[in-house]
Amino acid sequence: MNDKVSIVIVSHSADVAKGTADMVRQMVGDDVRVAFCGGNPDGGLGTDVAAIMAAIESVYSPKGVAVLVDLGGAETNSEVAIEMLPDGRGANVQICNAPVVEGAVMAATEAASGASLEAVRKTAEDF
Amino acid sequence: MTEDLIRSLIAKCSATIKAHAEELTALDQAIGDGDHGLNMARGFTAVAAAVDDIAVLPFGEALNKAGTTLIMKVGGASGPLYGSLLMGMGKCVTDVPRGSQAVAAMLQAGIDAVKARGKSDAGAKTMLDVLIPVQQAIDAGRGIAEVRRTADAALTATKDMRATKGRAAFLGERSIGHLDPGARSSALLVQAVCDLLEGK
Repeated sequence: MNDKVSIVIVSHSADVAKGTADMVRQMVGDDVRVAFCGGNPDGGLGTDVAAIMAAIESVYSPKGVAVLVDLGGAETNSEVAIEMLPDGRGANVQICNAPVVEGAVMAATEAASGASLEAVRKTAEDF
Repeated sequence: MTEDLIRSLIAKCSATIKAHAEELTALDQAIGDGDHGLNMARGFTAVAAAVDDIAVLPFGEALNKAGTTLIMKVGGASGPLYGSLLMGMGKCVTDVPRGSQAVAAMLQAGIDAVKARGKSDAGAKTMLDVLIPVQQAIDAGRGIAEVRRTADAALTATKDMRATKGRAAFLGERSIGHLDPGARSSALLVQAVCDLLEGK
C-alpha cells in the first residue's frame, strides 16, 4: 500500500478527527492509509506535536503524506511536527490548505487513484 | 551562577503566566479560540517541571530546551511561536549575554524565528507588536524602566489594531478594540524578566 499517498487528519477535537477519518474510510475503504489525531497533550481541545508526528509516522510512505488541519494551531503544530520528522521524511509530507472534512475526503479519493502528493494536495485545495 | 539565573527565570516566568492564565484566556475568548491562558500555563508548568534538567545546561542550550518543551506541551499555536522565540534566542548565544547590544541581538534572533514560524510581522496584532518595540528599546540602550514602559505602551497599541493573523483574523474589524492575548503574554514575560533584573 506504500504506492499511494497517505492521509493524516489533525483536528483540535479528537472526535472531529476520528469522525473525519470514519467518513474517509467509508468513501475509499482501505485503499488509502488514514491516520488521525486530535486533542492537546492533556486530552483537551487542541493539538499535540508528538501525536501529529506519531500519526504521520504510522502511515508514512515515500510516495507522500497529505495532512489536513482545522484551525491555526493545528497548522502551526503540524508544520513543526513535519520539520521534526527524522531522516528527511518531512520532504514527503505536505499540509493541504483546505477544510478538514471536505479536504480529507477529496484528498483520499485522489490518493486512491495512485496520484502524486502534489496532485492530491491540489485536488483538496481546489475543492 | 548561570544555573541560578535559569532557575530564577523559569520560576518567575511560570509563576507570572500561571497567575495571569485566566486573564489571558478571557482576552483570547474575545478574539481567539479561548485557550491561550490554559495553553501557556500548561507549557510553562512543563518547563518548570523540567527545571532540574534545563538549569544545568549552558544558557543557550537551556533556552533551546525550554523552547522545545513549550512546543511539545502547549497544544496550541502559542507553543511553536514561543518555542521558536526561545529556540531562536538560544541558537544566538552560548552563555548569558552581557550588555544591551548582546541582549538585543539575542532577542532579534528570537523575533526572526517567530516571524518565520508565524509568517507574520509587525502590525498584525500579535506578540511581535510587543517584542519588536521592546527589542528596539534594548538595542537603543534604554534602561529597565524605559523597557517596561515600552512593553506596556506597545501592548496598549494592539487594542486599536486589526488582526490579520491567527483566529482573530476571521473577525476582521471586530478584532479592533481588544488587546491581543499574545501581546499580553509577551508583555507579561518582559515585565517578569525586568522584575528579576531589578531583584523583585
